[in-house]
Amino acid sequence: MSVINKPKQFQLPRIFPRPTGHYGIWAWLGTVDHKKIGIMYGIVSFFWFLIGGIEALLLRVQLSHAEASMISPEVYNQLFTMHGTTMVFLVVMPLSAAFFNLLVPLQIGARDVAFPRLNALSLWVFIFGSILMNISWFTGGAPNGGWFGYPPNSTINFNPGEGMTYWVVGLNVLGVASIAAGLNFIVTIINLRAPGMTMMRMPVFTWMTFITSILIVLALPILGVAGIQLTADRIYGTNFFNSEAGGDPVFWQHIFWLFGHPEVYILILPAMGIVSEILPTFSRKPLFGYSAIVFSGALIGFMGWFVWSHHMFTVGLGPAANTAFTISTMFIAVPTGVKIFNWMATLWGGSIRLTTSMLFAIGFIAMFTIGGLSGVTHAVSPSDAQQQDTYYIVAHFHYVLFGGAIFGIFGGIYFWWPKFFGYFLNDKMGKINFVLMMIGFNLQFAPMHWLGLDGMPRRIYTYAENMGWEGSNIAATLGGFLIALSVLVFMINVFLSRRNKIVAPGDPWDGRTLEWSISSPPPHYNFAKVPEVNHIDDWWYKKYPSLLEGAPKEVLTPKVKVEDTSKVDESKIHLPDLSYYPLFVGIGLSIAALGLMYTYALVTIGLFLVFWGSIGWSTEPVNDPHDEHH
Amino acid sequence: MSDSNVTIHHGEEINNSTGVSNKKLLMWAFLGSDVMFFGTFIATFMGYRNKSLNGPYPSDTLDIPITTVSTFVLLMSSLGIVLALHYLKESKMGLAKLWLFAVILMGLTFMGFQVYEFSHFAHIGMTPQVNLFGSTFFTLTSLHGAHVSLGILWLGFLLYNEFNGNLTSKNAVDLEIAGLYWHFVDIVWIVIFALLYLITAGDGVPPGGIPWEAVH
Repeated sequence: MSVINKPKQFQLPRIFPRPTGHYGIWAWLGTVDHKKIGIMYGIVSFFWFLIGGIEALLLRVQLSHAEASMISPEVYNQLFTMHGTTMVFLVVMPLSAAFFNLLVPLQIGARDVAFPRLNALSLWVFIFGSILMNISWFTGGAPNGGWFGYPPNSTINFNPGEGMTYWVVGLNVLGVASIAAGLNFIVTIINLRAPGMTMMRMPVFTWMTFITSILIVLALPILGVAGIQLTADRIYGTNFFNSEAGGDPVFWQHIFWLFGHPEVYILILPAMGIVSEILPTFSRKPLFGYSAIVFSGALIGFMGWFVWSHHMFTVGLGPAANTAFTISTMFIAVPTGVKIFNWMATLWGGSIRLTTSMLFAIGFIAMFTIGGLSGVTHAVSPSDAQQQDTYYIVAHFHYVLFGGAIFGIFGGIYFWWPKFFGYFLNDKMGKINFVLMMIGFNLQFAPMHWLGLDGMPRRIYTYAENMGWEGSNIAATLGGFLIALSVLVFMINVFLSRRNKIVAPGDPWDGRTLEWSISSPPPHYNFAKVPEVNHIDDWWYKKYPSLLEGAPKEVLTPKVKVEDTSKVDESKIHLPDLSYYPLFVGIGLSIAALGLMYTYALVTIGLFLVFWGSIGWSTEPVNDPHDEHH
Repeated sequence: MSDSNVTIHHGEEINNSTGVSNKKLLMWAFLGSDVMFFGTFIATFMGYRNKSLNGPYPSDTLDIPITTVSTFVLLMSSLGIVLALHYLKESKMGLAKLWLFAVILMGLTFMGFQVYEFSHFAHIGMTPQVNLFGSTFFTLTSLHGAHVSLGILWLGFLLYNEFNGNLTSKNAVDLEIAGLYWHFVDIVWIVIFALLYLITAGDGVPPGGIPWEAVH
């Protein structure tokens, strides 16, 4: 695979010198280091989290009382469309990707992912794709067809203007980023495991990353096809969803949800993985039922392909289809329930430390269970006919996606922050953050259950005074602002903790998995010596080998210390050199996508950048010859 | 830590957990992804079969004998790339280059047929905009054509590397990976030929459809 020192190797002439070093702006723009890439994923998607949150607050302000007119119906449509799209594609997915990047190589004992430059490409395509989609705010109106863009509402006849075109094109660009990242992590997890790290010794987070990556790689192309079809309809006048030519809008629903339901598990499985790491650490017990949790995750990933039509119970697919999808949807609750019981059993009898991340993990279990149970109620298709398109649905998916995914992610941030930045986040402020978020979240979304059962429809910009919905709506708006306050507390916490650093050791929580066996923050090469793995939770049993012989917990004293890297000769460790080609390909792809909507000149420029970047990329040696120390 | 003095290149093939090269594994995973991509387009085509409200219909346009020839050429190119890889592994560079060149030529021939077919269809008035058959037919076949074209570029790059000595039996896996891609694109064409051409060619005017009068 190495192409170094070949005499006649063709190399594209460089316009800029190849970036080098670990500091400065080019070290970030040209980085191929999974930790830097993970941090950038985190920063950018947190920015979109704030934007999506502001969109949600504007919606809540408009709904706080009846007959309000702060926001016009047109803008309201744009806000709820972009709130949903942003939170799914620009927040939860990339925040999960941030954790994949930061953790997977460390948890399996690797120096980086299998394809570091491809990893950088995923990051840049994500960043430019997210900007591309949001440009639409300034070009005559953001997307306004809902986050699942049903035709005919999203076709050019009923929705002229560029908004929905930006939406489909943007989604396809983001899909490229996700698929590339998914492929990368599949190969990384299969092929770069340290010696002895068998599949059934991998940490659960890595397992969930693996399953999520498979889902991403198989589901996102389906969205890509739907996107290409809708783009072709809107720009070139094809007939996929044009009912005048016989096109069938329900066909879009099938394709979209065939992608969309695995997508739901793409959003939640990483958070389940995070929680499965936090709970055993702060219970000082092994995860209860490791293999049951792993196989439940795999079963969820598999069953997720057979439930899509439960989003379409009111379309009129007939009793046979509705029954089949009712059964499969109820069945998928079983492996999820298995996981919840295993997490609770992990807590049972443990010596529990209620740190901030532990609180978020426990909050995850409780909130996700509520969301899961309301999910089972609309798995029943007759019952769903009453709930379809009401606030009950909104309550359900916010309980699983906010109370689930976001709670899990916040737990993960507090848990791994000392590992990647070398200092703790303040625990007291963290607890304030948790309590505010927990109260605000329930205040906002619990009333939506009865609002929905009382008939309040989704996606209406206002409602009549005599409906009796005002009290619940005021509570929900108040809850929204409490959540905003909790996020503000989090940001202040980051700011203050950064200023008054409490230095974190390599293994601050008495952790169990390999990432805690090295210093904090990890050296850029991760492991000076590639570890050998003999058990699940290998680092734990390296520290406390007597536990394997059944010694009581009271005699625990660590037998090994975190790897000392002060004497490592870094010149002997070879990592791939930096490269700016992923950045160029990412920019080119987004320019070409933008050009689709305006002028072929832009498409040509963009594709030229992609082509030039790809050739430069594939002819560029992984390491420049002068870096060799033979 | 004496072991840290051992020079380890990140991602070097010998360090793999499975013994399969990273790049080959990437290609297999990508092909899995591409199956879903083509699968959804093929499902769209089959779902919209006989749903066009106006012509031209498949029986008005498709020419099975011509497409059979181009299909045969493309399938033979799969044999060609097997031979190209075989001779590369045995370091018979002359034959390896010859067969790789032949594969590229066959790929170009296939693309030539497709260009001819598309321009012929446009000439008689079948476009992606005209009806559902046009929309579904053109998106699927042109995206397959894009895959073939990308493969031709890739193989051309590998042929160039065979000539300047950068592709030898030592890194024959690079050609093997391109071969996986090439075989996959051929297999997709078998499905397309069977479903879009062979079983569809007889489809005439569906119930409620308007018969079609050729423009030319």
